[in-house]
Amino acid sequence: MARMATTRRVAISTAAAWLFGFLIFFPILWMVLASFKTELEAFAIPPSFLFFHWTTENYATVQERSDYFHHAMNSVIIAGGSTLIALLIAIPAAWSMAFSPTKRTKDILLWMLSTKMMPPVGVLVPIYLIYKSFGLLDSRIGLVFILCLGNLPIVIWMLFTYFKEIPRDILEAARMDGATIGRELVYVLTPMAIPGLASTLLLNLILAWNEAFWTLNLSTSNAAPLTTFIASYSSPEGLFWAKLSAASTLAIAPILVLGWFSQKQLVRGLTFGAVK
Amino acid sequence: MGQITLQGVQKSFGPVHIIKGADLDIADGSFVVFVGPSGCGKTTLLRLIAGLEDVSGGKILIDGKNVVDTPPAKRGLSMVFQSYALYPHMSVRGNIGFGLKMAGLPKEEINRKVEAAAATLNLTPYLDRKPRELSGGQRQRVAIGRAIVREPKAFLFDEPLSNLDAALRVQMRIEVTRLQKQLGTTAIYVTHDQVEAMTMADKIVVLNGGKIEQYGSPLELYERPANLFVAGFIGSPKMNFVTGELAKQQGAATIGVRPEHLKIERDGAGGWQGTIAVAEHLGSDTFLYVDAGSLGMLTARYIGELSLHAGDRVSLVPDPARIHRFDDGGKALRS
Ligand SMILES: Nc1ncnc2c1ncn2[C@@H]1O[C@H](COP(=O)(O)OP(=O)(O)OP(=O)(O)O)[C@@H](O)[C@H]1O
Ligand SMILES: [Mg+2]
Repeated sequence: MARMATTRRVAISTAAAWLFGFLIFFPILWMVLASFKTELEAFAIPPSFLFFHWTTENYATVQERSDYFHHAMNSVIIAGGSTLIALLIAIPAAWSMAFSPTKRTKDILLWMLSTKMMPPVGVLVPIYLIYKSFGLLDSRIGLVFILCLGNLPIVIWMLFTYFKEIPRDILEAARMDGATIGRELVYVLTPMAIPGLASTLLLNLILAWNEAFWTLNLSTSNAAPLTTFIASYSSPEGLFWAKLSAASTLAIAPILVLGWFSQKQLVRGLTFGAVK
Repeated sequence: MGQITLQGVQKSFGPVHIIKGADLDIADGSFVVFVGPSGCGKTTLLRLIAGLEDVSGGKILIDGKNVVDTPPAKRGLSMVFQSYALYPHMSVRGNIGFGLKMAGLPKEEINRKVEAAAATLNLTPYLDRKPRELSGGQRQRVAIGRAIVREPKAFLFDEPLSNLDAALRVQMRIEVTRLQKQLGTTAIYVTHDQVEAMTMADKIVVLNGGKIEQYGSPLELYERPANLFVAGFIGSPKMNFVTGELAKQQGAATIGVRPEHLKIERDGAGGWQGTIAVAEHLGSDTFLYVDAGSLGMLTARYIGELSLHAGDRVSLVPDPARIHRFDDGGKALRS
């Protein structure tokens, strides 16, 4: 009896989880479906779910009208560049705060986080003017710079928490084993920090890839990433649902694929079992 | 060689003095155990010797050379941590061989030494496993293997057996002692288990509140404790202390008698009279907790079985040759 009850409970929870997952996923699915419809079908009422005339013409139009690859390249450069620079700055920062904290470490961390509490629009005008006078408007460097700064607090926080979890004993054991700081870093700390580094990197890539406020406001064409590319289908031309969906699908596809393939490596923890 | 000398070693964390001037001479090849109550500074003293913590004052000499400014990597000591601190991403082979790799030894030699160490510790079947795939005892062995393979000047152990269950602890205790004797390497071993201390040590350092109370062989500490603290700390069950008139008669502020040095008489008129509050029968031993009125609670130990029970009246007769006398500062008086 008890066994049957548990089986049923498991079945119900599984069904609920799937349903919930599906609900969350549905808008994305709908967008992808809409991208294969004609404009008319895209906003037909009642909507057709699967039985419509499948077409790829939206994708062709989108690529023809605005150069997808140009924008995608910008996205790669801006997201990748800002992430790499943020990591380069954040690794030593988080390192020193995790392994030789001072009385002020907690305050510094909180101060960093507090910078994320202000809405970015609050500094839009000054930043815009600064960018204008330095000729950084609509430049990739400018966007890399602003996104890097924007995400830096989060990157440092994440790395700090990961580093903090690495048991001190293990680093001390390496020191006792005769490892210099450099070798301790290469042979012990880095391999143990890789899962944390990887998930920080991925999260930051996603955040930077999807960042729309600064990219929309500070770029027009030259440096415009995929966010601008999507936006160009929504505002000026009104409701071209199918094309907008096609553009959005194209824009999120790379990051979705990346996330899908890296999920296993990210979830796996390495430190389990080393310290009792 | 591995002769370690501490001269006036001090350590404070901020304003708090943790180690208040430690002087110690550890002979090459000896097994020295640090014991003391929790928080007395055992780990801190060990870490100072290892170099993981900087001294606030004093000197640490290894083979006559002051090492206070030498980083841990260069002191030639190896340490076994309470948490084992194995490298989680390396196999057992990699863990044991890491120190040799850092020393720049050629691969074949590393392999040879690692395999020899693994054989001594019965780890050969596990060489290619990761630490997470080992049991607690096996992990502990890997940590010990990592320490011995480098042929250090001395081993430092910080409560290495405290995470193991009782049976395994006894077994590892014997193994560690045997291994140390066989290698002839100096060892410093921190524990708060006094059975470990008494059984493993050539010499014991009793620490209390950051000070060395006494340094001597286990039997010296048992037979001639330097003060009340050592007398109470070494020995189980604890020594009985009696103050007042009885002590004064002996010319002391406090006298102490170990439970095993109290003769138990059922209906004797002499000695210290009392009523048994609790009697513990272990078969091999009988422990009596006796309410002796103005003398307080006394503990007596009888080797073997003694059929006495709670409520029985007994008289406890101290062995006059085994009475310890202490002055009012707690220092032992010797006649
Ligand atoms: N990094 C530190 N900063 C401040 N105080 C410390 C630090 N490390 C240890 N202490 C203090 O020093 C004292 C001695 O600590 P230590 O770890 O040496 O004790 P211990 O004898 O090893 O105790 P236990 O048997 O519980 O392991 C403690 O009161 C502890 O609070
Ligand atoms: Mg300790």
